[in-house]
Amino acid sequence: MTQPGTTSRLKYLTPALYILFLLTPIYWLLTMSLKTNQEILSTFSLWPVNPTFENYMVIFTDAAWYSGYINSMIYVSMNTVISVLAALPAAYAFSRYRFLGDKHIFFWLLTNRMAPPAVFALPFFQLYSSVGLFDTHIAVALAHCLFNIPLAIWILEGFMSGVPREIDETAYIDGYSFPRFFTKIFLPLIASGVGVAAFFCFMFSWVELLIARTLTSVAAKPIAAVMTRTVSASGLDWGVLAAAGVLTIIPGALVIWFVRHHIARGFALGRV
Amino acid sequence: MLELRSVSKRERGVVYIDDLSLCLARGDLHVLLGPTLSGKTSLMRLMAGLDLPDSGTLHMDGEDVTGLSVRRRDCAVVYQQFVNYPSLSVYENIASPLRVRGARNAEIDQEVEQAAELLGLRPYLSRRPADLSGGQQQRVALARALVKKASLVLLDEPLANLDYKLREELRAELPKIFKGSDAVVVYTTSAPEEAMLIGDTVTCLHEGQVTNSGKPRALYNRPAKLITAQILSDPPLNVLRVRKNGADLEFADNERVSGGERIASLADGAYKIGLRAHHLDVRKPGEGGIQAEVKITEVTGSETIVHAELGSVRWTALLHGVTPMDAGTRVSLIPDPAKLFVFDMDGALVSAPTE
Repeated sequence: MTQPGTTSRLKYLTPALYILFLLTPIYWLLTMSLKTNQEILSTFSLWPVNPTFENYMVIFTDAAWYSGYINSMIYVSMNTVISVLAALPAAYAFSRYRFLGDKHIFFWLLTNRMAPPAVFALPFFQLYSSVGLFDTHIAVALAHCLFNIPLAIWILEGFMSGVPREIDETAYIDGYSFPRFFTKIFLPLIASGVGVAAFFCFMFSWVELLIARTLTSVAAKPIAAVMTRTVSASGLDWGVLAAAGVLTIIPGALVIWFVRHHIARGFALGRV
Repeated sequence: MLELRSVSKRERGVVYIDDLSLCLARGDLHVLLGPTLSGKTSLMRLMAGLDLPDSGTLHMDGEDVTGLSVRRRDCAVVYQQFVNYPSLSVYENIASPLRVRGARNAEIDQEVEQAAELLGLRPYLSRRPADLSGGQQQRVALARALVKKASLVLLDEPLANLDYKLREELRAELPKIFKGSDAVVVYTTSAPEEAMLIGDTVTCLHEGQVTNSGKPRALYNRPAKLITAQILSDPPLNVLRVRKNGADLEFADNERVSGGERIASLADGAYKIGLRAHHLDVRKPGEGGIQAEVKITEVTGSETIVHAELGSVRWTALLHGVTPMDAGTRVSLIPDPAKLFVFDMDGALVSAPTE
C-alpha cells in the first residue's frame, strides 16, 4: 500500500508515540531527580542544565531516607516468602482434592479483595498494638498476607491445575514420597507460577501504603510513608522526592523483568 | 498371580465396577477388552491401588493388598496420555523408579541402557520428553515401567493416542518387550483385533462386569455369551431374534432362512442368532436369501462394508474387494448357515459353528 520510502520513515512513529505517552512521566521524574530545587522551580528545561547527584546523595547518607528503603525491602521480602510458602500447600489441596465446601472456600478467599484496605487498618492497628507487634516488620508482612495469600493461592492453583494429575500418580507409583515428589517433580513444573505469584505478592506489598503506614511509626517505617512526610518548614524538597521516586521504581522494574514472559498468565490468575 | 474377589466401585451413584472377580496369572499378557465406559480404566485404577474398591478385596500372590498405599505396591502404570516428568531428561525419566529405590549408579546405568536399547531410545537419552514424538514419549513411559521390574504392569490403552503407523509398530513390539518378565501384565483396549493379536488371555468387560475370559482364539470361536461375541466382533456382529421351526429360522415379517443340519437338531423355539459380517454375502436381488435395501457402503481400500436394512433389522456385511453400491439398491443377503452362532434369549451360547 505505502511506498517503501514512506514505510521506513513511518516505522519510527509507533515507538516514538509509545515512548512519548508511556515514558514521559518517568522521564520527568528522572530529570527532576537530577536537577536542583532552584532549577525545578524557576525554569522550564527538558533536560537538567546542571546535572547533579546531590539529591541521591541525600537519600544514601540520611538514615531517615535509606532506612525507609531497608524497612520496605524487609517486610516485602518477608511477606513474599510467607505468602508463597503458605499458598503452595493450599493451592495444591484446592487443585487436587475434593472436600466439603471446597469451591465455596476457594471463591470466598477473595473476599478480602472486595474491600478497600482502609477497612482493615483500624482492626489491624488495635490488634497488633495489643499483642506488641506494632512498628515491627513482621506486623506489616503479616498484615499484607491478608491480601497476598489468597491471591497467591488463586495464581498457583491455576498453574497447578495445568499439570496433569497423572504425573502425581506416576510419581507415587514410582515410589516417591509426597515431599520428594513435590520438591523434585512438581515444583519445577510450576516454577513460572511460583515466580509470578511471588511477583504479584511483591508488587502489592511494595505499593501498599495505608496499612504499612498505620502499623509503623519509626522502626519499620516504609519508604512510601517517608516520602509523604517530606513537607518541611522550608517547603517541599522536590529534587530529593523525585530521586526517592526513581529509586522506588527500580525494585519493581527489576522483578517485572524476571517474570516478563509469564505476567499475562499471572493477571489471568494462572488460568490459560 | 493377581486375584480380584467380588470387587465393586461406584461413585456418586454411578456403578463403575459391579461385583467383579478375576484371576490373572504371572508371565502372561492379559488384555481387558471392552467398549468405552465398560470400566477398563476404573478396573485398572483399582488394580494399581490409585482408587479403593467400595467392597471386595485384591490379592497379589495370595496376599491381601486391598488398601495398601500405591507407593508400597509393586506396580507400574502406563497411561493412554503420554505421562512423563517434563522437567527431567529421558534418562532420568526412565531411571526414576530406580533412583527412588536408592539403586547404585552403576546398576541404574545398566538398567536404563538396556531398556533404552530395547525400546530404541538410545539416541534420545539426554533430551527432554517434550522434544520427542508421541511414539517416543510413550516408549519412555514403557521403558520406565520396564526398568521397575514390577510384579504388576498396567498398560491403559497405551497405543490409543498414537497415529496408525506407530500404533502397529509398537503393538508388534509390546509382547516382545514384556516377554520373559515374570510380571502380571494387563493391557486394556477397545479394539478387538488388538486383543486378538497380542493377548495371551482376553477378558471382555461390559458395564463393569466380566462377560467372559479365556484364550483369544477360543473366546472368538466359542463366545459363551452373546455380549462377548459382540465385543469381539468388528465390524459389529449381526444379531437377530428368530423363531426356529425345524431347519428354518423365521424372523421379522415371515422372512426365513434355512439353518442347515446343525440348527435342525436344536429344540424348536425362540433364539437369538449372531453372524459375523464376513459370513454374510451380498448378491443381486432375486438370488434367494433376504431381500434388503442398502443404506450405506464404506470402502476401506481392499474391503467394502455394506450396511443394509430390512424393516427394522440392520445388517452389516464385509466383502472382499471394492464393490461400492448406491444407497437404495436392492440386494439379496445370503447368510452362511454353517457360521451362525445360536444363543438363547438370555444370551447364553447354544450352538457355535464347528472350526
